[in-house]
Amino acid sequence: MYTASDLKKGLRLKIDGDPYVITEFNFVKPGKGQALYRTKLKNMINGNQFERTFRSVDNFEQADLREKTMQYLYKEGDKYCFMDNENYEQVYLTEEQVDEAVNFMTDNIEVEILLFEDKPIGISLPNFVELVVTEAEPWAKGDTAAGNTKPVKVQTGYTILVPTFVTEGEKIRIDTRTGEYLTRVKG
Amino acid sequence: MSEFHSDNNFSLTRKSHALQTRARLIQCIRDFFIHLDFLEVETPVRIPSPAPEEHIEAIRSEDWFLQTSPELAMKRMLAAGYPRIFQISKCFRAGERGHLHLPEYTMLEWYVAGFDYRELMNQCEGMIWSVARAMNLEAFVRQGRKIQADPPWERVTVAQAFSQHAPMSVEEALAQDKFDEMLVEHIEPKLGFNRPAFLYDYPAGLASLARLKEDNPSVGERFELYIGGLEIANGFSELTDANEQRRRFEEALKKRAAKNRARYDMPEKFLRSLDDLPPCAGIALGIDRLAMLCVGADKIDDVVAFAPDDL
Repeated sequence: MYTASDLKKGLRLKIDGDPYVITEFNFVKPGKGQALYRTKLKNMINGNQFERTFRSVDNFEQADLREKTMQYLYKEGDKYCFMDNENYEQVYLTEEQVDEAVNFMTDNIEVEILLFEDKPIGISLPNFVELVVTEAEPWAKGDTAAGNTKPVKVQTGYTILVPTFVTEGEKIRIDTRTGEYLTRVKG
Repeated sequence: MSEFHSDNNFSLTRKSHALQTRARLIQCIRDFFIHLDFLEVETPVRIPSPAPEEHIEAIRSEDWFLQTSPELAMKRMLAAGYPRIFQISKCFRAGERGHLHLPEYTMLEWYVAGFDYRELMNQCEGMIWSVARAMNLEAFVRQGRKIQADPPWERVTVAQAFSQHAPMSVEEALAQDKFDEMLVEHIEPKLGFNRPAFLYDYPAGLASLARLKEDNPSVGERFELYIGGLEIANGFSELTDANEQRRRFEEALKKRAAKNRARYDMPEKFLRSLDDLPPCAGIALGIDRLAMLCVGADKIDDVVAFAPDDL
């Protein structure tokens, strides 16, 4: 059982028999008023979304989900193929189910495949991945102003904002939860 | 400063412009009040008990609490004969965390003897306008939209705002316990995008520490300032009737007890001081949120050096 104060982006709940994930979460509270929890929920099976506002007294059922470590193999048509590391069985996810994870998926990367009642329905990545910068404007000398950024492309084709000193061929660490640059990786 | 391009503190260095603007904002606010002959005061951050309010949760500090606002202490100073006082202090509220909420935040609070809420709205308007000019701020920015600060600002009663923007009247919302929901979903997103907007004349049940209108006791002389849909400030004509204030505190304490919320003590010393409190008005203003508008930030985290997650 969850209470409203447990709600946050990414939390998975069971509502009317289906697993839902909170895709947008906002704590709102008029200064002297009640705390309200505005959420956008996405059905993890059919992708349907709806908005709902909860109050601090509301309770929620946990979705019965489990994760299994699998390896990303290849894309076939609009399906992504993964292999179960334990029994070598292959499972497939749709583009919709893979969603933004595709930005950080390299061949053979180990991921967690999400199972709802033993059916694969989604993917979760390691919190951090290291990817090679494949396209970047060179660093203009003297451009050292605080907080300056530029867009670069990494090996998966994903475009990300990084500090101006990052150059092509360097490896960078990315937080897959926010999609943001963290640091350069040496060597 | 030459180490700014080192990436160990990337997210912190990116805030450099916001933090400089924030510091300038606070400096200009201070200048404004000092020029108007206000006394800057400091009251304790650690207090025995906060003002009993139904929906404000204080953070414990040993057997005391961290202040949720400096209101009670500042009004005691007013009662003791300090007619114009302001304070910029840290306030703390348990469980408040979101794009617009930090459990530890910075509040500007000021009080003026002899003012009512209308005069205080005018002064608030004048203060923010002159601070914006002193900062050479072209406009406030919220969600990419520019909001000019020059007067006159919009003024709309709570009843008008409900009839214009909400799917039910304020009476219906109160009866169904949906006032806050209607406010955040239908009304706040519409307020203060052309000019800043004052929402005023709150239902008597939500008057908190405000006096009721003499010619219409169904509403309290309370207002909130909205800029770009953001709640920025809350002000009142202060209630000076100790009996009425005690009755409201008792009601709030009863509601808190019914919901098993932390027990607050009746602030007896404050209630005793109310007998000497002159007619006055007071206002609390969120500095962090005003700083957000100055730099066009989406999140309150963007205008403080460290949010809780950064520590």
